[in-house]
Amino acid sequence: MSKPKVAFYWCASCGGCEEAVVDLGPDILKVVEAVDIAFWPVALDFKRSDVENMPDHSLAVSFINGAVRSSEQYEMVELLRKKSGLVVAFGSCAHTGGIPGLANLFDRKAMFDEAYFNLPSVTNDEKTVPQLEYDAPEGTVTLPELWNTVKTLDQVIDVDYYLPGCPPPVKLIADAVTAIVKGEHPPKGAILAPDIALCDECPRKATKPEKMNQKAFKRPHEIMIDSEKCLLAQGLLCLGPVTRKGCGAACTTANMPCTGCMGPTGNIVDYGMKALSAIASLADSNDEEEIEKILAKVVDPVGTFYRYSLPASLLHRYYQPAPQGGK
Amino acid sequence: MSDNLEKQFEPRIVAFFCNWCTYTAADLAGTARMTYKPNVRVIRIMCSGRLDPQFILKAFREGADGVLIGGCHPGDCHYQEGNYKALRRFTLLKRFLKSMGIEPERIRLEWIAASEGDKVQKVINEMTEQVRKLGPLNLEPVSLIHAEPARSNHNTQPVMAKGGAS
Repeated sequence: MSKPKVAFYWCASCGGCEEAVVDLGPDILKVVEAVDIAFWPVALDFKRSDVENMPDHSLAVSFINGAVRSSEQYEMVELLRKKSGLVVAFGSCAHTGGIPGLANLFDRKAMFDEAYFNLPSVTNDEKTVPQLEYDAPEGTVTLPELWNTVKTLDQVIDVDYYLPGCPPPVKLIADAVTAIVKGEHPPKGAILAPDIALCDECPRKATKPEKMNQKAFKRPHEIMIDSEKCLLAQGLLCLGPVTRKGCGAACTTANMPCTGCMGPTGNIVDYGMKALSAIASLADSNDEEEIEKILAKVVDPVGTFYRYSLPASLLHRYYQPAPQGGK
Repeated sequence: MSDNLEKQFEPRIVAFFCNWCTYTAADLAGTARMTYKPNVRVIRIMCSGRLDPQFILKAFREGADGVLIGGCHPGDCHYQEGNYKALRRFTLLKRFLKSMGIEPERIRLEWIAASEGDKVQKVINEMTEQVRKLGPLNLEPVSLIHAEPARSNHNTQPVMAKGGAS
């Protein structure tokens, strides 16, 4: 029997997800034994035409990481969708937009202006910017288009499963690959991580006080962090209570607060709002001015609460009125 | 409506009123036959502390131009401190909305006691005018966010590219 074919692809991402696959270590040999890697541009020499020449649905599963923000990425994920039985959104960026998703605080024009005209290190007197098409003497050359808005994978193609995390924890990857190869398919749309908050597996759980109201929130560089006490109780903005577990509490074990890469637990619609709600209600004051002062320590609410999920949020991006007529 | 009549923008406002004070006050305004602007859709919640900020974004997403929140006066909360929690969340939410490009004036928190029917009338009228001044909130519809973006040129100003690296 031929082995199931598997593809890995990356869009707007940092490469950390690819690294996570390699982090399987010796276990990766088991994966290679069980499956046939048919496409993995970052590690093996395949071309787009190799995928185009495959029959539809011939790939058992495609693991796609990264957010989608250019016409090239869009074409590739559409192609992979057509050729794959299953598509797994791999990592925070594909799942909820991730760090590249914070570009949704700006628009394309602002980014181009900054990068090609305004940066102090840029000299561009002729106002040259990349064009989608250019007629060179040798013929017309083209570039992919950068989109105005960064999108999650499931905003552009149909997604079967999600593997959250920045990058996804090795154990979850191994479990997912094993289950899929064995044909034990979870229900469509499943997030392949436990649906329980991070606090549940945090080694500091026992030190969580009944009330943890704060007179002053702290940033990690401002205090000597107690390595055993609940981080939220120490005034740090730990997002564990609203974040899915499954990472083995990697950050809180390493004495850093959770920033929420595993995404929301199942009942949450908008991760950032739930996180904002949880943190804000801890401000220990009933006086308007004092509350404002305490919460001023949350310097960047969008970056703090939507670090990995702005494109997946209810607002999706910085407000930009809809074209004509709107709703 | 005929075409030559300029249609006035009628804001849509979603109001979350707590069961024990503000909703009762709205009831009182009704039985007292006080009139107020019809732009508000009232949703009763048990306590302003129950108001998850997700509800507010959801209201905006579904087409609200403004969101009004009504709770008991400080010290009067039926559940001791639900209204304080609402105040804390509201404070941070306002700042969040600002950094997302949405005017913080689109949300308003008011303490209205069960006996203050007249305050319900006043606040609703004020809020309606305030949001009318701000104009409609036209969030990009979700269908557009998911749609395949049309191919357009990168730059918004007509700039000629220079061939090759010089």
